[in-house]
Amino acid sequence: MSEESILAARQVVCGYDERDVLHGVTLAVTRGEFVGLIGPNGSGKSTLLRALTGVLPLRSGEVFLEEQSLSRYRRRQIAQRIAVVPQLSGSIFPFTVRDYVMMGRTPYLGRLQGQRPTDVKVARQAMELTSTIHLADRPITDLSGGELQRTTIARAVAQDTSILLLDEPTAFLDINHQHEIFELLSRFNTQRGMTILCVSHDLNLAAQYCPRLVVLKDGVVYADGLGSQIISEHMVREVYGAPVQVDEGPAGKPRVSLLPGEMITSEEGHR
Amino acid sequence: MRQHYGVVIIGLMAVLLATTVLSLATGPSPLPAAKALRILLSSLPGLDGLAPEASASQRAIVLDIRLPRLILALLVGAALGVAGAVMQGFFQNPMAAPSILGVSAGATLGATAVIILGLNFWVWGLSSVVVAAFGGALVVSGAVYILSRRGGRTPVTLLLLTGIAIGSLCSAVSSFILFRGQQGDLDLVIFWMMGSLANRGWPEVGMVAPYALVGSVIVYVYSRDLNALLLGDEQAYHLGIPVERVKLILLVLASLLAAAAVAVTGIIGFVGLVVPHLIRLMVGPDHRILLPLCFLAGGIVLGLSDMVANLAGEIPIGIITSLLGAPFFLYLLHRRREYEF
Repeated sequence: MSEESILAARQVVCGYDERDVLHGVTLAVTRGEFVGLIGPNGSGKSTLLRALTGVLPLRSGEVFLEEQSLSRYRRRQIAQRIAVVPQLSGSIFPFTVRDYVMMGRTPYLGRLQGQRPTDVKVARQAMELTSTIHLADRPITDLSGGELQRTTIARAVAQDTSILLLDEPTAFLDINHQHEIFELLSRFNTQRGMTILCVSHDLNLAAQYCPRLVVLKDGVVYADGLGSQIISEHMVREVYGAPVQVDEGPAGKPRVSLLPGEMITSEEGHR
Repeated sequence: MRQHYGVVIIGLMAVLLATTVLSLATGPSPLPAAKALRILLSSLPGLDGLAPEASASQRAIVLDIRLPRLILALLVGAALGVAGAVMQGFFQNPMAAPSILGVSAGATLGATAVIILGLNFWVWGLSSVVVAAFGGALVVSGAVYILSRRGGRTPVTLLLLTGIAIGSLCSAVSSFILFRGQQGDLDLVIFWMMGSLANRGWPEVGMVAPYALVGSVIVYVYSRDLNALLLGDEQAYHLGIPVERVKLILLVLASLLAAAAVAVTGIIGFVGLVVPHLIRLMVGPDHRILLPLCFLAGGIVLGLSDMVANLAGEIPIGIITSLLGAPFFLYLLHRRREYEF
């Protein structure tokens, strides 16, 4: 880890019950980067996010946050530095959007402390940035998928962290809302200097918005580099087992198209 | 939402006052409500001349029989209401109740064993049944927790299923003990399982009060943690909540609250389930307002139920709460268009 990394994994091995999912992942994210984490189902993307946030205990290896071992941080201190947007968020309990976003301030408030004017201000700004301010009084249970995901991103922004991790934030959204979310992330990255690590299943979206891509396969890093270099017909065939054609899209980024009628049935690609 | 918090609080306070006066006035020898209230106030220092016409026996009925019973009902109801709200937050499920942890099953086992085996002793004015029920509830809910630990975590589904399994086991043992018991003892156990506040007094108040009051205050300190837990364990984690530690604390508190309540009254159903539900419908899911109102409303519901039980000729209060609570709960479920709370 020569360059100054804000979040890094070194030879991380972890998993669930008896089964290891990550078999020694090494990855360093530099402050201000926007990294897309791609790979097939079961390759360990979500598990890596869990390892990076300390939710999942490591079997071996180490995670570094601001160049210090993650194990030396308290839960609260981690939450002041890393915010996480899950794939599916919300609750069946009808919190108002305002209260839900305000929960992002939890890591800054003592148990008996009421919300301070700063907290109200930060939460308000977060709602403005994500265009959710008009929803403030609506219960989160009434929101559409896109609105809910923006609201959850607002909560993450209200957490006022330098790092934002997202686990397929657009998995359940239509194409328009997918772009809306990635545009938003792009703005956070360029305007607010937020470091973003985003799991995505959509190779085109990832290639379009994330300057750097990390490919996971079978619990190890298969490739790591500039999006334009990573996305190739060979990589997609090797990692996903899918027959594709890669050309240049209108924005000058790689564009992945599935080739119909050709199926690779080897066990290599899928796992 | 926020604007009508005040209305709800004032409304509940008014109902509490009415419940108090009515409970003190009604019973086998009814008194005018105003007189009952004056007798109550005359027990306060400096107000002793307020009810000069009340006879000694009237004073005794109001202050030594009905007052402790009312306070007990309020405390037990408050404890059940708060414990229910905690369990529902804990399980991220509006259908959860304290009994999930095996509190009721454990208390029943303890009470059954002591009654059938004829173990009669008194501890600080509390009968062996109370002591055994309390102990049983705590031991069983502790066992449920320990058996639900897995790799340093306590997954809620595991806790739920373990609770069901251990609960069944306890019920089986209770039934077996009952089966071997004598006719007269069987009646005692059955009555205990239906819940009652009859013939309870200050010693029982003294037992429940510390748990209900201190326990509820500590739970309140964890309001924000409970809010975060409603989003799921993992999200609570990401908001900086030390989830496992908080869950253990809340579980212990909920068990103590419910165990203390059930120990002195027997099984009282639906209060822990319906009260948090009802309050959530009125003020939303934020525990900072939900918990205090569950405390208040739980007390009121049990106070009123006990009054009905008393007026109806001392029928067990568990029958009243389930008889009124279950249809009301069904109504709540059907009145919502979607599955949301």
